[in-house]
Amino acid sequence: MRQLRAFGRFWWDFVIGDDWRLALGGGCALGLTALVARTDLSAWWIAPVVVTGLLVTTLAYAKPRAPH
Amino acid sequence: MRSVILAAAAFAACAVEMVEALTIVLAVALTRGWRSVRLGIVAALATLAAVVGALGPTLTLLPLDALRVIVGFLLLAFGLQWLRKAILRAARYLPLHDEAAIFDREVAETRAAAVAERGHVDWYAFTLSFKGVFLEGLEVAFVVVTFGAAHGDFPLIITSAVTALVVVAGVGAIVHRPLSRVPENTLKFGVGVMLTSFGTFWGSEGAGANWPGGDAALLVLVAMYAAIAFALVTWLRSRYAEGLVVAGEPA
Repeated sequence: MRQLRAFGRFWWDFVIGDDWRLALGGGCALGLTALVARTDLSAWWIAPVVVTGLLVTTLAYAKPRAPH
Repeated sequence: MRSVILAAAAFAACAVEMVEALTIVLAVALTRGWRSVRLGIVAALATLAAVVGALGPTLTLLPLDALRVIVGFLLLAFGLQWLRKAILRAARYLPLHDEAAIFDREVAETRAAAVAERGHVDWYAFTLSFKGVFLEGLEVAFVVVTFGAAHGDFPLIITSAVTALVVVAGVGAIVHRPLSRVPENTLKFGVGVMLTSFGTFWGSEGAGANWPGGDAALLVLVAMYAAIAFALVTWLRSRYAEGLVVAGEPA
């Protein structure tokens, strides 16, 4: 059981990393794109806008770890 | 055009990871000898080849659109991690990746470790070199499998990865030192932009979006994300300079 948990933890860290919001946001962007693409509306702009928003919001509260 | 960008991105991503693996391998080999290190490298490469050999053909069995959504999501998750960290490093919010410092630390740790030789194999050196090559190589395998499957051209991506391996290993064999002059942080910044762009492009395409301009949209995405990333670096630096953030807390 412990090994299974370690295996899952390894892949979580590998793919999702230390900020799960980025992966969740990326998934939501593609999901929203799929929904809008089923309508007559254009859907190509959704992922770039969401990705840009994700970068800005996750970096907005960043604080330096290393001394300048 | 897409093939050229893909080959360049795969080469850069693989070269960066191999530079990191080379640092670990050299540190262990120069302190404990090459014999067990070579075994560790061969075992790691064989394991990685098995991973690529198993995952690559399996992924290509999926319908193209489903495959592109999965690959797009993975590349977005992975690329955004790289890009976020690269932006924080460029803004000096995180320390820059320094291969020379990592090499010195690895050498000190390896020297301090007890000799764990059983029979003719130094298992400490074997394990360390296996782990170094496997973990860094897994990111290379990830790029090869996702790019190769989504673009439908494994030979191109594998050639790029093998070229990067030959170049890095060749230079490493000649200089016998960590490749600290490789602009690793800049490369990581570029790779983060590329992975995010491909993730956006393929993921949206697989989800049913039609890109205006076709493949040319990929170039626009690369340019746009690069510009946004540079703007974010400038913004973060100016926030620090203006005293709006205080050092010492998590980035």
